[in-house]
Amino acid sequence: MIYEGKKRIWSDYQKEIPDDHYFYVRSCIRQSFFPASEATFLDITRNKLNKDIFETEHHTTCGGIAYHSDTIPQETVMTIIARQFALMKKYGYENYVSSCITSFGLYCETLETWREFPELEAKIADNLKKTCNLEFAKPKFLVHASDLIYKYRDLIASQAKYKLINKYSGKPLRVIEHIGCHYSKMFPSKGVGGAEYPYVLVGMIEAWGGEIVDYPERRHCCGFGFRQYLIQSNRSYSLTNTYKKFESMKPFKPDMIITNCPGCPYFLDRWQYVIAETQGKTYGENGKGVPVFTYEEVAGLVMGYNPWDLGLQTHQVEVEPLLDKMGIPYDPKEKYLGKNGKDLGKPEIVECFNNR
Amino acid sequence: MVKNKIYQNAIMGKLYDKLIQDYRLKEGLNACINCGTCTAICPAAEFYRYDPRKIVTLVQTQDDKEIENLLKSETIWYCGECMSCVTRCPRKNAAGLIIMALRSLSIDTGLFMESEKGRQMFILCKDLNHNVLNYGYCVYPREFKYEGHFEAGKIWKWEHEHLDDLFERLGANLDGGGTGAMRKIPQEDLDQLKKIYDITGATERLEKVRAAGLKKAKELGLTEEEYIQKLYTECKGAHFNH
Repeated sequence: MIYEGKKRIWSDYQKEIPDDHYFYVRSCIRQSFFPASEATFLDITRNKLNKDIFETEHHTTCGGIAYHSDTIPQETVMTIIARQFALMKKYGYENYVSSCITSFGLYCETLETWREFPELEAKIADNLKKTCNLEFAKPKFLVHASDLIYKYRDLIASQAKYKLINKYSGKPLRVIEHIGCHYSKMFPSKGVGGAEYPYVLVGMIEAWGGEIVDYPERRHCCGFGFRQYLIQSNRSYSLTNTYKKFESMKPFKPDMIITNCPGCPYFLDRWQYVIAETQGKTYGENGKGVPVFTYEEVAGLVMGYNPWDLGLQTHQVEVEPLLDKMGIPYDPKEKYLGKNGKDLGKPEIVECFNNR
Repeated sequence: MVKNKIYQNAIMGKLYDKLIQDYRLKEGLNACINCGTCTAICPAAEFYRYDPRKIVTLVQTQDDKEIENLLKSETIWYCGECMSCVTRCPRKNAAGLIIMALRSLSIDTGLFMESEKGRQMFILCKDLNHNVLNYGYCVYPREFKYEGHFEAGKIWKWEHEHLDDLFERLGANLDGGGTGAMRKIPQEDLDQLKKIYDITGATERLEKVRAAGLKKAKELGLTEEEYIQKLYTECKGAHFNH
């Protein structure tokens, strides 16, 4: 990568991210598969950095997956989004932070469509009044939750207990960053660093001591594809796209992957398991997989959270090799315990990863 | 033959008129120059027999017969809606948005039932909107069962068996009151979602897809569950590039 050139590109795509006071909206997929990531985001921002991040139990899905699976009309999803925005205003906020990338892209698209077609915006406002009796509003600032962690990256670094540095070699860890497609592919100006070379995760990795791995299929989709994953007979589409990415990154020997989309870490983790099980191929060291993380999990590791509080036991690819490299202590006996040490048994060991 | 001719006359000049009412087409089609950049970057084009350049060109002809063929086809269902095509189009077109408009019209006209991939809408409409209207989420972990998702791994099998304990351990609030991950969303909010569905055409779409699917199941002599299983697992068409 020609770093100076990328810095120029990044400087063209810097978005304004207010420092504080946000209305927080959760992600369906992140809640389902990485619930501790959202808990970590809120703990870091509220309790470690003293930011005002407000959540109400009344917000719902934005409907994004149902919409991108073509099951509901555009007018429906826009009215649900208008309801979310109206709740923001009702609770006295004008900055909106989304945990989900699909939602974030859809919010960007919706605001742009309303700007271009005011008659549609008026219709949605009318729908909102009729169905929810709420006052129509639009956020003054719209950000993704990874934008906020990017904004706070140096503050997090200042409180860091661990760095993205290999304690055995003393060298920076080699980190793959994977950006969710809907973060900036549709509206490059809405993402930190644009669409071709987004800086949002790169900034975190650099601030926390890691080294970015550039590889040919860096910007390729993880392969979710909505209907292409949700229906079993289409699922090879999803698998094939992940396979393409891993084949492309393999020669660069990454230590870890960090993602900002809720779905991507699930697919990049689970399809590694399927590839290992069906093809006997692995992409990490010593026959293991490459650990995949959400950006909240990485922030949490850097700040010294217990890996099992971060939910790293729910990954199919074992994270211990990365924890060892970072020098993070962990108790293997606690890995699969419930709250207050409750015995939950253990998952079946998968043999395809040369696991312990 | 006469019936077909009447049908043809009824749709000629009509499908493109309907398509252009869709805001996604208005936003997504700005005089395509047919360069093929969208196809070169498209994850679906590499995997499926799919060429977004060709589809955009056909739509741009405004030829209703060609559009009707698209609405009946498998090809409009191959896109993953990743929107990678949008970034690099030199004319700021959005093939992905055009596909979304075509899919909506395919459902509205009932032509989605002519393709194997189109008929999959029955499951998608049923499952996703069951989650939205009953729980307030597109994905709800209790409904995401290992038996339908072996790729989710042994870890998900274990997690699913211990969802309540594990979510509590991870600071979530599964089905609980108040805020938090996977909290129980109050009924008043679910009622508002249902009202939104009713007045914006979602309920009508779901009913239309369901009725068409049940009719097809009856024709095939299948129960609803057997029909769902067929749709979920069957892959008969020549969909793939390799």
